[in-house]
Amino acid sequence: MLTRESVFETLATVMDPEVPVISVVDLGIIRDVAVADERVTVTVTPTYSGCPAMREIEDDIRTALLAAGASDVDVQMTFTPAWTTDWMSAEAREKLRAYGIAPPGRAEQGGLITLTRRRVPVACPFCGSSDTRLQSEFGSTACKAIHVCNACRQPFDEFKAI
Amino acid sequence: MSDHDDSDSPIATSGAATLNVAGARGPAFGAPMVEFLMRLGDDRLVLGHRLSEWCGHGPILEEDIALSNLALDLVGHASMFLGLAGEIEDQGRDADALAFWREGVKYRNALLVELPRGDFGFTMVRQFLFDAYSVVLLDALSRSAHAGVAAIAAKALKEDKYHLRHSSEWVVRLGDGTDESHRRVQDSLNELWRYTGELFEHDVIDDAVAAEGIVLDHAALFAQWESMVRDVMQRATLEIPEGVVMASGGRRGRHTEYLGHLLTVMQSVARAHPGATW
Repeated sequence: MLTRESVFETLATVMDPEVPVISVVDLGIIRDVAVADERVTVTVTPTYSGCPAMREIEDDIRTALLAAGASDVDVQMTFTPAWTTDWMSAEAREKLRAYGIAPPGRAEQGGLITLTRRRVPVACPFCGSSDTRLQSEFGSTACKAIHVCNACRQPFDEFKAI
Repeated sequence: MSDHDDSDSPIATSGAATLNVAGARGPAFGAPMVEFLMRLGDDRLVLGHRLSEWCGHGPILEEDIALSNLALDLVGHASMFLGLAGEIEDQGRDADALAFWREGVKYRNALLVELPRGDFGFTMVRQFLFDAYSVVLLDALSRSAHAGVAAIAAKALKEDKYHLRHSSEWVVRLGDGTDESHRRVQDSLNELWRYTGELFEHDVIDDAVAAEGIVLDHAALFAQWESMVRDVMQRATLEIPEGVVMASGGRRGRHTEYLGHLLTVMQSVARAHPGATW
């Protein structure tokens, strides 16, 4: 018998295909779950608009829920409210750090931006040093920036705050 | 060519959903919301495609990755805007159908985004001019009363802020860089400036979508954009050209020859294999 809780438990096992230590629940992209008999509707919000992993995530959600006993799975997309990394839990952030990805800081609020903002150094996930430099705000996936640690000389990814 | 959107075409008059430039031998527009969303979607699709041309050709690895990331975001934004256009149009066309099966005269992007990519400096100056425009526009649209448009704008705005910071930093770095980089981006700015006026034109489509809750004050958007652009150009030691006659036409389907070449490449796979999925 599927329940809202059991569906969330199953979704907690569906990992981000590009960052396979955090689940779709950890990411904060599951916005709603509805169960009617054995039919499940999952409402998902995309991370980045052009993220090519989204379609795979949808398929993974469907596969996992069908395996858990759902007779039918409907994955709905919503754009609002827009996804923010502020929805990631403290546990998810720690999982990222342990995996070698610096977790996101606080997302910026408000509409327009200051072009000459001062950047807060991102702590190295390997040695913990704050003596790091930003190499590029665009990395191997849409959600990551590239930094280099001046202390341990290790390049590392940061999950960007958005 | 299957479309007849040029100025000698008869003006469509049937149906409440169509709109024409009053008294002019102008183009026949479709439903205002669809036209409006195509302008938003096509700007991002065409610029995204231009940026994708850098994939594998970036001057340094980080920029190769960055430009591809920007392209991905922009094509994602295009997909959302065109998807909504297709839904509202209700003729069975989704974002892919609109992207791959429309002729150039049906494209509604501004001329700025279809110009060839040029060198890295040209790409970055164009990107900055567009990003600054996109951020002020999406910020306004995110507060509009049209729920669908506001949701997409709020989403895209977050990503565009990263784009704007990136492109503005490159304009400063190149402008205030070596003699060679300064010369190249100054030439690029001189070439590109005439395509910026079109971004802030206000026409019958903008008037018509006010009924849908989208009220844009293009003069105010221009003021916001201009102050950002002047600030960055000053720091980049670049001079904004004066007395430039502005080019226009893309919003009405009158494009430079470059768009056709771009679409030929972009649409070739979809047209060679109609209905293919992968």
